Amino acid sequence: MSNIREPKVRLVAMKHYLDFERPIYELQAKLEDLRAHPDKHTLGISWEDELQQLERKIEIARREVFSQLSPWQRVQLARHPKRPYSLDYFRATFNGFEELHGDRLYSDDRAVVGGFALLETRRVMVIGTQKGRDTKENILRNFGSAHPEGYRKALRLMKMADKFGLPIITLIDTAGAYPGIGAEERHIAEAIAVNLREMMLLEVPIIAAVIGEGGSGGALGIGVADRVLILENAYYSVISPEGCAAILWKDRKASAQAAAALKITATDLRQLGLVDDVVPEPLGGAHNDPAAAAMSLRTVLTRHLEEVESMGPRLRQHTRYGKFRSFGHFHEPQSNPKAA
Amino acid sequence: MATKVLKKKQLGVDPVEPALTPSSPADTTFLSKPKLGPRVKKKDIPEGLWTKCPACGALIYDKELDENQKVCPKCRHHFPIGARERINALVETCSFEEMDAMMEAVDILKFTGAASYQAKLEGLRKRGGLMRDAVVTGIGTIGRHRLALGVMDFSFLGGSMGSVVGEKLTRLIEAATSKGLPILIISTSGGARMYEGMFSLMQMAKTCGALAYHARERLPYISLLVDPCYAGVMASYASVGDLILAEPQAKIGFAGARVIKDTTQAELPEGFQTSEFLQQHGLIDTIVDRLEMKAKLVGYLDFLMVGRQVR
Repeated sequence: MSNIREPKVRLVAMKHYLDFERPIYELQAKLEDLRAHPDKHTLGISWEDELQQLERKIEIARREVFSQLSPWQRVQLARHPKRPYSLDYFRATFNGFEELHGDRLYSDDRAVVGGFALLETRRVMVIGTQKGRDTKENILRNFGSAHPEGYRKALRLMKMADKFGLPIITLIDTAGAYPGIGAEERHIAEAIAVNLREMMLLEVPIIAAVIGEGGSGGALGIGVADRVLILENAYYSVISPEGCAAILWKDRKASAQAAAALKITATDLRQLGLVDDVVPEPLGGAHNDPAAAAMSLRTVLTRHLEEVESMGPRLRQHTRYGKFRSFGHFHEPQSNPKAA
Repeated sequence: MATKVLKKKQLGVDPVEPALTPSSPADTTFLSKPKLGPRVKKKDIPEGLWTKCPACGALIYDKELDENQKVCPKCRHHFPIGARERINALVETCSFEEMDAMMEAVDILKFTGAASYQAKLEGLRKRGGLMRDAVVTGIGTIGRHRLALGVMDFSFLGGSMGSVVGEKLTRLIEAATSKGLPILIISTSGGARMYEGMFSLMQMAKTCGALAYHARERLPYISLLVDPCYAGVMASYASVGDLILAEPQAKIGFAGARVIKDTTQAELPEGFQTSEFLQQHGLIDTIVDRLEMKAKLVGYLDFLMVGRQVR
């Protein structure tokens, strides 16, 4: 189907590496060198041992690096330029993706993609925010930041799904809704707000998964769901760590501290009860083995969808609202009898 | 047309308008009031007695300003006003029953770093003040209608929405739904409260969800936007009113103007993100002067609540 199923992508993928991935990358470069000249060895010694040893070393290095990632490193992984995006998952986790365009009001926002697909044998509606792979595609996709049209397209598709009884699966990967003049003129805040309200009362099951960046309202705009999942190295935050650092620390360099303070990693959010499940990624992150990541997502999605499908529409609606209703921590002194 | 004149006067305050600057550069705001022109800064005026209008430069006796709901009697400039003052001006005397008055924020994330949330909250509590968080909710009477009323106050952490704001508004909306009451929420906010991280973001879904159930009962929800109203609050309950009203010249939007300028590197259109701009672009039903607000609201409720029985 698509090239992300081929295991050979691995090495190419490592051409873009993050600082903390460097030890792994260096070993991998060595391995690649060795593999490139297997026949030229005149003494007839097999490279096999050497190769195996290197592979083991890579595995160990990867385990070490990835077992102690800081929140800020996770943010960088979530933004990794080789990380699979919504369309990659639509094609690898699902089958037979058929894209549908446009909001029927103004335009077709390419930062949001959606359409029919099959999750194994189940007919579903998939919707996701989509980043670009290179400069040209990023301009087309507006770097994954949707305009109001994107949220209105998403809602149009969701209403259609509701009409035809198709479960909705949304994949979230956006730095945030687009802060632009046109976006304001056409009321991006309103587009998001309407989605929040309408998604709450849809009758079909909704599962949302944060696959990369979960950037604030722009993410939540397609994120009201019966189950909210998050990939192991994705993040979901009320504000970007940079934005928070700029406001509270008055210094963008404090982004790493802000990332830690905001509690935005998958494990933090799971502990706080804000997400329902964490989707495991292959060792080294989703970009290291996109096919495995896609399969992992399929397994977790299917499990949750089956659970949510087993409820009736009324109970499902009720449970969905109840889940969001329960979020929040506050203190009420006992002297107030009205607290109930 | 009137707003245009007002706008020009406001621009006159800005020193970058050389065409409007008279010979004395000390005071550019008194173009229309030459008798005040030569006076220098009003520093010697006792605090808390007089206020200078930033729009027209008129000196207003504070008591008069308070009696006028903090609207400049000369040019109708709307000064910031607290939540409790708003409530007093809107509801019938002694009819307001506050809900969840004692609810307080907690530092669930143990947010530390540049600023500790706990310390901030303690500082605000020590200061006393009328607000325990950024919203006051309750049920009151306006005209002949019982109304669920939520009023935000920008003076408490920039009107930011955390768990307390979300929970109080949600309880208010749920109460309105079960009692069959219309809702008015007056929103002013910088957005979601960072210190509570994702819990703040989730209040957006929570309040909108509650409003979905309220709407299903075919009950009216009026959202009134006042200066300033941005981000997470705009992207949730403030934007889904059956009626969306605004005070004149309020700054309203999703992203802050500076962020937009930095991101797009483009010049922002004139009047960008003001109430007038948003009415022109189709978001706001109508702009209402604060002094006419109560009469307008009563009129809308009279019209929409015909034949409805309060439970």
